[in-house]
Amino acid sequence: MNIDWLYGLIGGGLIGTAGALFLLFNGRIMGASGLVGGLIDGSGRHDWQERAALIAGLIAVPGLAALVMGGADTHLTDKVWVIVVGGLLVGVGTRIANGCTSGHGVCGISRLSVRGIVATLFYIGAGALTVVIFKHLLGVL
Amino acid sequence: MRNLMAFLVGGLFGAGLLISGMTDTRKVQGWLDIFGDWDPTLAFVMGGAIIPMAVAWQMTRTRRPVFGGDFPAPTDPTIDRKIAVGSILFGAGWGLSGLCPGPAVASLGFGGWGGLAFLAAMLIGMGLAPMAKSRLDAGGATG
Repeated sequence: MNIDWLYGLIGGGLIGTAGALFLLFNGRIMGASGLVGGLIDGSGRHDWQERAALIAGLIAVPGLAALVMGGADTHLTDKVWVIVVGGLLVGVGTRIANGCTSGHGVCGISRLSVRGIVATLFYIGAGALTVVIFKHLLGVL
Repeated sequence: MRNLMAFLVGGLFGAGLLISGMTDTRKVQGWLDIFGDWDPTLAFVMGGAIIPMAVAWQMTRTRRPVFGGDFPAPTDPTIDRKIAVGSILFGAGWGLSGLCPGPAVASLGFGGWGGLAFLAAMLIGMGLAPMAKSRLDAGGATG
């Protein structure tokens, strides 16, 4: 087995454990786009502290870990248009669909939610098609 | 206590994203690159995350949240235009950049200026979404 797959499985287990704790203790779904988006459009005003606390942990722990490890590379493109267009699409799309990889993917599929499964098929399909077009056909990625 | 748990949950979530390699856009784009050098890691991450979550959903049947309140309502099976259009737009941005919302936030500490710019664009997109959503709703009503 490839070592990256093992790290994937372990890291995935931590992500799922985090989601399980948030559900069982706080009674909430751990969806990144919903937690962040609710602070942007005001729909999460009543529980902003809980959202902000989760986001603080989400930034602090990997940030500190990367500092200790001497940096972690995201390999993000340096093409400004890709960063801007990509960010806008991810932001608007996840809020229209009401979920992303964590909310629809992890939390939705694990409760056999039809919406979560359909959303996941659509975003993986669109993502794969985008890579085919922009990497293999146009050669810009 | 709710906020302390939320902080711990966020930390665990972030550690998981970093360890699994999901803050590395190459690994994510590798998963989407089915006609190139395909990288199946994301499937292992999803699998590893879904197992504890599925156990947690089972546990919600016989208990209530530790900190009070109610568990989320059962899922709505309605598949509307928003879930399709939104997920397609999200997928396109995900394919272009290799970042989704969780890793975009989690990599803020080490993602450099590019990561910061992506996050800013994402937040702007989130701010524009309610407008786009109401247009989709209006379109659904007339045709």
